[in-house]
Amino acid sequence: MAEAEKLLRVDNLKLYFRTGGGAVQAVDGVNFELDYNRAVVVLGESGCGKTSLAKAILRLLPRNIETYSGEIWLDGKDVMQLGEEEFRHSVRWVKMSLVPQAAMNALNPVIRVGDQVAEPVMIHLGMKKNDALATAQKMFQNVGVPVDFLNRYPFELSGGMRQRVAIAMALVTSPSLVVLDEPTSALDLLTQANIFNVLKRIKQGFGTSYILITHDIATSSELADEVAVMYAGQIVEVGDAGLFFPAPLHPYSQKLMASVPRLRGNQEPEFITGQPPSLLNPPTGCRFAARCSLRFEKCDQEPPVFAKDGRKVKCWLYA
Amino acid sequence: MSEGSQVTVEAQEPIETEKARQSASSNNILMSIRDLRVWFELRRFGFGHAGFVRAVDGVNFDLHRGEAIAIVGESGCGKSSLMKTILGLYRPREGTIIFDGKDLNEMGRDGLRWYRSRLGYVQQDPYGALPPFMSIERILGEPLIIGGVRSKEERRQRIRKTMLEVKMSPPEDFLPKFPHMLSGGQQQRVVIARAMVLEPEFIVADEPVSMLDASVRVEILKLLRGLQETHGLSFMYITHDLSTVRYFSERIFVMYAGKLVEKGKMTDLLRNPLHPYSHALLAATSDPDARNAATFKEVPPGEPPSLVKPPAGCRFHPRCVRIIQGLCNEKEPPEFEPEAGHFSACWLYQ
Amino acid sequence: MKALQRTFRELLRYPSAVIGLAIIAGLLIMSIYAMVSIPYQEALRLWRGGEGVWYKNPKLAAPEWTNLFRKDKLPKSIYLSSLDGSASKEVTTDAKGNKKIAFTYTFDYPYAAFPQELVLFFTSKFSAKKPYAAITWITPEGKSIRVAEISIDQSTVYYFSQDAKLQRRLLDVAPQVGLFVNDLKAKNPSPLKGTYQLKISANIFEADADLDAELLLYGQVHGLAGTDHLRRNLGIALLWGTPVALSFGLIAALGTTITTMVIAACGVWFGGWIDQLIQRITEVNMVLPFLPILIMVGAFYSRSIWVILAVTVALGIFGAQIKAFRSTFLQIKESPYVEAARAYGAGNFRIIFSYLTPRLIPLLIPGLVAAIPGFVFLEASLAVLGLGDPTLPTWGKIINDAQANGALYQGYYYWVLEPAALLLIAGLAFAFLGFSLDRVFNPRLRGM
Repeated sequence: MAEAEKLLRVDNLKLYFRTGGGAVQAVDGVNFELDYNRAVVVLGESGCGKTSLAKAILRLLPRNIETYSGEIWLDGKDVMQLGEEEFRHSVRWVKMSLVPQAAMNALNPVIRVGDQVAEPVMIHLGMKKNDALATAQKMFQNVGVPVDFLNRYPFELSGGMRQRVAIAMALVTSPSLVVLDEPTSALDLLTQANIFNVLKRIKQGFGTSYILITHDIATSSELADEVAVMYAGQIVEVGDAGLFFPAPLHPYSQKLMASVPRLRGNQEPEFITGQPPSLLNPPTGCRFAARCSLRFEKCDQEPPVFAKDGRKVKCWLYA
Repeated sequence: MSEGSQVTVEAQEPIETEKARQSASSNNILMSIRDLRVWFELRRFGFGHAGFVRAVDGVNFDLHRGEAIAIVGESGCGKSSLMKTILGLYRPREGTIIFDGKDLNEMGRDGLRWYRSRLGYVQQDPYGALPPFMSIERILGEPLIIGGVRSKEERRQRIRKTMLEVKMSPPEDFLPKFPHMLSGGQQQRVVIARAMVLEPEFIVADEPVSMLDASVRVEILKLLRGLQETHGLSFMYITHDLSTVRYFSERIFVMYAGKLVEKGKMTDLLRNPLHPYSHALLAATSDPDARNAATFKEVPPGEPPSLVKPPAGCRFHPRCVRIIQGLCNEKEPPEFEPEAGHFSACWLYQ
Repeated sequence: MKALQRTFRELLRYPSAVIGLAIIAGLLIMSIYAMVSIPYQEALRLWRGGEGVWYKNPKLAAPEWTNLFRKDKLPKSIYLSSLDGSASKEVTTDAKGNKKIAFTYTFDYPYAAFPQELVLFFTSKFSAKKPYAAITWITPEGKSIRVAEISIDQSTVYYFSQDAKLQRRLLDVAPQVGLFVNDLKAKNPSPLKGTYQLKISANIFEADADLDAELLLYGQVHGLAGTDHLRRNLGIALLWGTPVALSFGLIAALGTTITTMVIAACGVWFGGWIDQLIQRITEVNMVLPFLPILIMVGAFYSRSIWVILAVTVALGIFGAQIKAFRSTFLQIKESPYVEAARAYGAGNFRIIFSYLTPRLIPLLIPGLVAAIPGFVFLEASLAVLGLGDPTLPTWGKIINDAQANGALYQGYYYWVLEPAALLLIAGLAFAFLGFSLDRVFNPRLRGM
């Protein structure tokens, strides 16, 4: 498989923040790949660095960056090499876009939603206002927002509608990749199901790829072709969803899956003792070792990534 | 375990209330709610009257001692308003709440204080629920002070005891700390401890785990269940996450647009949801299964209705796939009991 | 307590806070020193001046340290007295019982400018016959000038400059100049430096009569702070102005801020008509002109500083701060923990004081500190306008006196600049401290 075939390849991506107490190693050497028209779900709990991963991929960085390195191959080109202006001009919101966390609050309250969705195409694709509004209208139909909402303000829409508008805004320039950071965390059950229906329909209809970042394991299965599990700034397991959900490999993934309450099925969920390590001073060796019931002496060294049945695990058990 | 089946006509109300009051003290029913309506006034430009938001519009149920019920519904269905009215934070417009034989509407100041000491409240946001400028010891001491426990020593002992019950030991490690020094799970334990410190009979929990991490959720839910079993507490667990309900409640109530559309034992309801809305909720709840990615979910179209002008007849009818024209959109369905102990307000079960 | 220490340490990271705290500490030390070394009543007495209090000071003299910046040093006052032995007094009695007393006053005069004034203060004891004195002046070159012959009363003051005969003898040159120059006809005379002597030869006609004399050359510089038109040492007013300014500022700021906070909290918590009432009162009050009202109160009612303070606080309570506090309280009111408190039965006032107001402290403290200079300037402004407390020596009063006596026109810059500088420094110190506190309490401002 030549690299040029895959849509996205992330290679040793690092993002450290500078804080008063030292460097927070939010993303610490992340590798994964994503093909066209595939969706990968990045699972993890709070504090594992997944939101930072989204920001790192889209280069939406705050001011206090200590380290930002690695390679991000998008469509066969390493976009990390591009300058700020070129990235903004030709990559961000053109080839890949973001639906941020609490997207419904990310809408500008004093601009009509139609204008907001039209704005990316005007800026990045240079369309005229009327054409842009027409594109926005089509997008509204795709996400299931009634067309006459084009002229409304965000406060006139419900939470679910606003989220759909945010998704429309991310899709309006027809990017190949959309990163969604907790797209449904604040939404109701039925609205959530609706949004995922929308995402699925768009994936089928437009061939978009997704990176879905979430801590909601149950709903993540709605969209996942592949699953990546993130822990303490690192990806500890990547693999096909069909293989992951029934049988996760990494001990953390196993515990995570075991802690999900299920509607159907009879198991009693378990919880994981302890807390994730601080990203300020991550421990040496395997970062999950302190909470792992299967640890052994080798775990004092940081495990490399092993391959197993086309999946990848960062755990000495699979050496 | 009887429940009034039709309590909508005014004339019957006093008798039902009286019956409820009698049964409350004789039976093991802790709380009875009859025809509860909580309406909020909509103001127009400060002085005008523009209608009411009918957050709770005719709710009836009984809660037994030691029983845990889950109230399931989406945002805007009125479950928060129901909960807050039960907690005494809102005054109902109509209806009665009878707790341990005493009518809430007739309680004076002292009565309300007694009532408040019988209840505990666990909130959704663990950090927001704790005053950031108070130490844990002070936070737990506040309900005791307000409840009249004057002796500092007694307060200290009760606080210690409660901390051990929520498995925060040794308590001395945590008591001098401030909320921001604790993790989310620990904060929620403090919230639970605060709810338990007055040794209540009834705990109201509003989405107690939805803001916690997946792995911690289970821990807290198990803790709550353990407390329920140890102390024989009654629980009202409000949530929109159906998959957690299994581990926690005996009965489930489904709420939609201010009304309870289905009530039943947990196993019955999950196995056989009667109301189309309950059915939709269950269908929309996912289990982690890779096959989900290939299928679309059946979601009722539209949005929950406005609580100011709810639809005529059954409030779910504009979104219901099994609507009976001429009936569902004109007459409000009463509660039917197709199975024993399993109620549904839907014309399908006429 | 630990939170306080932490805050303090955090604060010290900002240079502006360190400077501010240092200045405030200095001002506090000045205040304590002022109150200890010159008790209140004493300060009032001194400031009122009057007979015999300030006579030894020159009028409108600049501070002594200004001499550091001058090539030609201005003279300091020189005081010689037969009473304290700085002048020599020889008494000789002759056969008839008449006493002759010879006073000699010797002093060095190294200055490049002339003294303001030369005065001789005589005090005598006699029953019937007045003593008679002859005054002679001896220049460093030995020249002897006859000054005057006068008879002395019980207390006589002889001003050299007012003696017309002396002036004529000095070719119409003013005596305080003429006695110090060689060439009386010179256009731009400068004083002859050297040792001068004044001799007084007095005749006393009674056996138990006595005579004493004090010679005073009024310099042109005096003291640390200079003097004003009433010969008062400005240092007294500057020193005593410090505690007045600080306490006025602090009391006014504390009084208004805390009361405002309580009122805003009550308004927000109880809502309804109470809230509306408070808002309307505030809005009306915000439109009222603050300073003019104070001026009217001062002009028509009372200029006592306590009255002014009370009116300031009363008008300041319903100010714009209520709106700012109210908006914060409205947010805090919705906090889950407030709801929980209501659920476990906390009463209204408990919620207001124990749950709502502590959240406001990060907003309150920087605002309080930054409001202090405003009140300090207010008190000074009122004093400058002539409406300050007339008995109290305050910084504003000094400026008021200076303005009334045309200080800037006449070149007495120190008179205005000294109190202005203190006002400036005080204001700056509190502003520095306030801004740094703001940054400590509101981390979001830290980037700035």
